[in-house]
Amino acid sequence: MYAQLVETGAKRLKTKEEMSPEEREFQEKVDAETKIEPKNWMPEGYRKTLIRQISQHAHSEVVGMLPEGNWVTRAPTLKRKLQLMAKIQDEAGHGLYLYSAMETLGADRDEEIEKLHQGKAKYSSIFNYPTLNWADMGAVGWLVDGAAIVNQVVLQRTSYGPYSRAMIRICKEESFHQRQGYKILLDMMREGTEEQKAMVQDAINRLWWPALMMFGPHDDESPNSQQSMAWKIKRKSNDELRQMFIDQTVPQLEFLGCTAPDPDLKWNEETGHYDFGEINWQEFYDVLKGNGPCNRERIKTRKNAIDEGAWVREAAVAYAEKQKQRAQAA
Amino acid sequence: MSEWRLYEVFVRSKHGLNHKHVGSVHAADAEMAMENARDLYTRRNEGVSIWVVPSDAITASASDEKEVLFDPSEDKVYRHASFYKLPDEVGHM
Repeated sequence: MYAQLVETGAKRLKTKEEMSPEEREFQEKVDAETKIEPKNWMPEGYRKTLIRQISQHAHSEVVGMLPEGNWVTRAPTLKRKLQLMAKIQDEAGHGLYLYSAMETLGADRDEEIEKLHQGKAKYSSIFNYPTLNWADMGAVGWLVDGAAIVNQVVLQRTSYGPYSRAMIRICKEESFHQRQGYKILLDMMREGTEEQKAMVQDAINRLWWPALMMFGPHDDESPNSQQSMAWKIKRKSNDELRQMFIDQTVPQLEFLGCTAPDPDLKWNEETGHYDFGEINWQEFYDVLKGNGPCNRERIKTRKNAIDEGAWVREAAVAYAEKQKQRAQAA
Repeated sequence: MSEWRLYEVFVRSKHGLNHKHVGSVHAADAEMAMENARDLYTRRNEGVSIWVVPSDAITASASDEKEVLFDPSEDKVYRHASFYKLPDEVGHM
């Protein structure tokens, strides 16, 4: 999941009787699957939680460009380079769709980005891992975008209209990401040297568990999960989504001729799902707190991009102003 | 960014169809809004024409005006073709 821990501010769920008339009307609309639009009345908690969730999601898209940007100049062929650039451009686009959706809630884009740079806003833990070899570009597309799709397909039905529409648009583009990633790995496994095949397995070994962590911690009966589910800004539990991802991914893994770094991973005839081992949650929380392998570098790169691009934005404003004055003088 | 004006983007997906709202972009001027909209909303042949409109130039109906604006049409069933029952013999009309 791109938004892994979202605070809702709820201590417990309100009953229908405890709600104000406005709250009740709002909840009934949500229950009836009527989309909430920017100008509709909404509880303050709903607005704030959505801003948090959508900004985390947007930041993830934007920071997600960095591990891939590492390989633009190192892509093995021109074709691969063009594909990678197209994918990275999509991620920028996804970030923008989401920031737009967030702004309809009255949030300011610059302020939210500033929170990211100050370490106050989160983004997905997955992007704090380094991309060490070319096979990582394949594994990121296949596993990371694959996990994102599982989460985002469900979010297309989220209760907030602009968020839902952004998700629909994003989902249309994501499957290109996943397929191009899988194709990289498939080509390496089918036509590659022994060394290249070993790179594929190495990439999977490193990214497998972090990809599973993307869905967030185990679901509990916490008020946050309950509230998000009641508001339908979350539609399925973290564990359900993780299981869906594993069930669809393992056959693809086997087709590649690779293995997962999980001795407990096996098909369970009884449940009709794959069983899998326990995630290292200590690592998850460490990375989320800012102590992953690349957290500091990612934020530094983002800040540099904003700071070093300041003159471009200033020039654009100056140019627009000049054009306006010329038009008025004419 | 927020010091830049917000523009709403409308895209005509095919000749013959109307422009449809797809989202928004920030830009220093309309020309830049057009370029940003092109990059953001039409990377895969999604359109043949784009409109960009300053968001603050749009007047929208408020959600609490819903009843005032739309309820009066609800009791005018005679505005629909289905209101007029014709004998089967007349055929399709």
